[in-house]
Amino acid sequence: MNQTVEIRWHGRGGQGAKTAALLLADVAFKTGMYVQGFPEYGPERMGAPITAYNRISNEEIRVHSNIYTPQYVAVVDETLLESVDVTAGLREDGAIIINTARPKEEILPHLKGYAGKVYTIDARKISMATLGKYFPNSPMLAAVVAVTKVMDKEAFLREMELSYQHKFAKKPEVIQGNMEALKMTFKEVQ
Amino acid sequence: MAIRERFSGNEAVALAIKQINPDVMPAFPITPSTEIPQYVANYIANGKMDTEFIPVESEHSSMSATVGASAAGARALTATSSCGMALMWEELYVAASNRLPLALALVNRALSGPININCDHSDSMGARDTGWLQIYAESNQEAYDNMIQAFRISEHKDVMLPIMICQDGFITSHAVMNIELLEDNVVKDFVGEYEPEHYLLDSAQPIAIGPYAVSNYYMETKMGQRTAMKNAKQVILDVAKEFEAISGRHYGFFEEYQLEDAEYAVLIIGSAAGTCKDAIDQLRAQGKKVGLLKLRVFRPFPAEEIAAAVAHVKALAIMDRSDSFSGNGGPLGAEVSQALYNAHSDVKTVNYIYGLGGRDIRVEDFEDIYSRLERIAETGEVTDQFDYIGLRK
Repeated sequence: MNQTVEIRWHGRGGQGAKTAALLLADVAFKTGMYVQGFPEYGPERMGAPITAYNRISNEEIRVHSNIYTPQYVAVVDETLLESVDVTAGLREDGAIIINTARPKEEILPHLKGYAGKVYTIDARKISMATLGKYFPNSPMLAAVVAVTKVMDKEAFLREMELSYQHKFAKKPEVIQGNMEALKMTFKEVQ
Repeated sequence: MAIRERFSGNEAVALAIKQINPDVMPAFPITPSTEIPQYVANYIANGKMDTEFIPVESEHSSMSATVGASAAGARALTATSSCGMALMWEELYVAASNRLPLALALVNRALSGPININCDHSDSMGARDTGWLQIYAESNQEAYDNMIQAFRISEHKDVMLPIMICQDGFITSHAVMNIELLEDNVVKDFVGEYEPEHYLLDSAQPIAIGPYAVSNYYMETKMGQRTAMKNAKQVILDVAKEFEAISGRHYGFFEEYQLEDAEYAVLIIGSAAGTCKDAIDQLRAQGKKVGLLKLRVFRPFPAEEIAAAVAHVKALAIMDRSDSFSGNGGPLGAEVSQALYNAHSDVKTVNYIYGLGGRDIRVEDFEDIYSRLERIAETGEVTDQFDYIGLRK
């Protein structure tokens, strides 16, 4: 039970934070873990703040509550920093991963004195460079894997490639871009 | 061999339906229904199953069409949730009283109002007197396993009653978790072909279904329903035993977790049982003798079996995820209390309402509940008999 890694995602409806959480569950499952990926629904509308969760463990997961003291928080939309208490309950031995183009110094004042590690990733830049469009999911997913180390990076890339081949069977041209986005994120997240 | 997968509860039940491949599935295809009809419709469109899917204009119609298909002699089922089930109300009784062995894949969600889409058990608990069998699940795995057992129970000649396979809205229906699946042919062999004894389209044996019953006959049909419900108890256990042989997973009326030597116990239905198990492991590590009875089968209600299973505990918290608004607790509280009274039990009980409209229940909440039970056992005094858990102060 103590080996369970708990992750909370913050995003806005329509941006794919829920999808990212489900994708992480998916790829962790494929590397042999026990997983949970679930959204917390508020009012269903585009742009509303939404929360999603992951538990990843070597043992069967039985608990069905939300996550209140996560080891990791992933913020898909930095505008949430001003309206949502993203560091609530976040463990100081954990980390927060924020999608932003801004330097860390500008982000820190929004984190209410959080003393744990802070990572940033410019998912827009990576997505535009590799896909030509803004899909924050792949970079965020890779950033979370890089920071949380819930799975081996090589195994992650291998499983993601298979997953993209399946998902984009009719659009193979985007597979390479997504893979590049993952690899670029591994280099850029800091 | 078991197939390792990761599925949401909705995906799991939809896959079970694909493997069962029933004759007819009428369903209302949008909210308040669930993703289950959507996934099944995909399977059908992709040629993975040959069920006749009937998209209908309301849940009143989906249950009507399911009743019609079942009466005609087909294996039929539908799926819904929350207010969708409320709209089926009239037909729920029609299905049960006509002894139609159809199934409903239900995702438990709150009823309006205030408008809320999240989990509680108000929908199916409100239907507890409709004459349906009701089986609940803690996890996606149990929802899948229960769905596969459904028709074997409902179609048994000693039962012939509709069956509701319930799971917790969002908490299991939308949560992706690990699951072990059975192969298609194993499920197909287990479920078998449906061969109704009497049905409308049997021209060799013409019958009427759903005629008027004068007062001289009406009550006997009700006694027939009651007898069928009682018969279902043995059938549920027999089917579970056969299911264990193909899956390795054991099921009964309820699951006992650390209950054998427990002094304080929680009695609960659904996904919160998993959270309670984590609380139990933590408290047991501190030497506290705490346990759980997770009820799987609510209809028929295993009254004697529950009373016997908790007879030795000092205090019991009966947990309801819906309120009867009787001022006297929730439905599970009322029925368990009656069972204990009839068994001349002296177990001290409280009946707590929790999780309405998706209000989260955490490991810490269960730790608090067990400490309350300890206090009750020590002092012999029961305060807050019908408390709400996790209420905003």
